[in-house]
Amino acid sequence: MNQEPALPADAVSGLIQALNKLPGIGPKSAQRLAFHLLRASDEETRLLAEAIVSLKQNTKLCSVCFNVTGSDPCRICANEQRDRTKICIVEQPQDILALEHTGVYSGLYHVLHGAISPTEGVGAGDVRISELMARLGDGSVSEVILATNTNLEGEQTALYLSKLITPLGIRVTRLARGLPFGTELEYADDVTLTRALEGRQEL
Amino acid sequence: MTRPRNYQTEVIIIKKTKLGEADRILTLYTPDLGKIQAVAKGVRRPRSKMAGHLELLTHSQVSLARGRNLDTVTGSQTIDGFLPLKSDLELTSCALYIVELTEQFTADHDENRPLFELLLKTMHRLCRETDRELTLRYFELRLLDLTGYRPQLGQCVSCHQSLKPETNFFSPRSGGVLCPGCQRSQPPAHSLSVDALKVLRWLQDSDEDAAGRLRISKLLSRELETLMRAYLRYLLEREVKSTAWLDTVREQAAL
Repeated sequence: MNQEPALPADAVSGLIQALNKLPGIGPKSAQRLAFHLLRASDEETRLLAEAIVSLKQNTKLCSVCFNVTGSDPCRICANEQRDRTKICIVEQPQDILALEHTGVYSGLYHVLHGAISPTEGVGAGDVRISELMARLGDGSVSEVILATNTNLEGEQTALYLSKLITPLGIRVTRLARGLPFGTELEYADDVTLTRALEGRQEL
Repeated sequence: MTRPRNYQTEVIIIKKTKLGEADRILTLYTPDLGKIQAVAKGVRRPRSKMAGHLELLTHSQVSLARGRNLDTVTGSQTIDGFLPLKSDLELTSCALYIVELTEQFTADHDENRPLFELLLKTMHRLCRETDRELTLRYFELRLLDLTGYRPQLGQCVSCHQSLKPETNFFSPRSGGVLCPGCQRSQPPAHSLSVDALKVLRWLQDSDEDAAGRLRISKLLSRELETLMRAYLRYLLEREVKSTAWLDTVREQAAL
């Protein structure tokens, strides 16, 4: 067969297709991004391409907390300034970013990489719980903060972990569940309101 | 059934799957429309006004807008959030198990009001202090009744003779009990003790409150569970996923 040389348009449509697979990017957005990159400087596109390639090549999971990291152990685990008696349990690495952004917490983390979801067949063995229990074994941790999501799966995971960890004599706390900042009371659901009332504080 | 452009219904949320960035597809069990699926937009954002009203195991009143493919949830208000149930690991596991069974044994838009009521009652019952295992067994048997899989417990399914008070056999494939004579020619079947058969019959034929008064031993409870699991697995042709978790939780509670 007579093979035609790849036209530039093929390169563009290839990029559009690749971008289209990204979450939240529809066909129109993909098109817009592709043509934007076409007009962008060589430098800019090269940096982007390199950043994408290095994303896979230069990251791994921290062997202590399972956060996504460039060095092992990760910067948080390696930092001697941090409070090593507290571990905060989160479902995914992005949650660490959110918590770190507050600048309030100075302890360590542990990423479960998921939450227990019985109806989808995700059990305790499918998230990094045994690794967590191994970390708690040496007795240096005095508090575990459960920061799993407040949906049903996150709550189940938190309840399960508290049952596992409490017998070890470690203090187990759960992030407060109440009304999010900037919302209106009338739209709050019963569960949130009940817990917000239970967890009310003196002003 | 043609539905109006906008409609309201009572629902129990029995399944949820992620859709795109911030949406979910919910599987809802309703009294008049059976099982339906609907898209809930934006419920995975933290400021969603509906999210808390559309969590799994919630009894809600929802407004829906008919869509070309899936309907869209436009509003929701919790009727009962089952908070005692959600604050207890074992109870949540039990409840997840019964909604998974409901999801598996029903087809979309197949109206079954008694099943809706059974599901709701069972969830309320789990919140109260009762024998959880018996509550689950009662639910399973009633579910099988209401979906057309009622096991035949009155007489041998093969020779139609009435059963004698001895160890009989339960055959998932035949959907009922086999007497010892027929069992030999029709394996495989699970042995069924006299007490287990009595309990199954009692659960099958009594109302919820009568079933709740029953007290049985741990051993008998295990036998019934094994039996029902085998039958359900045979009917669904697969494992009920949440049973694995139910076992983990129970093991852990026994420690």
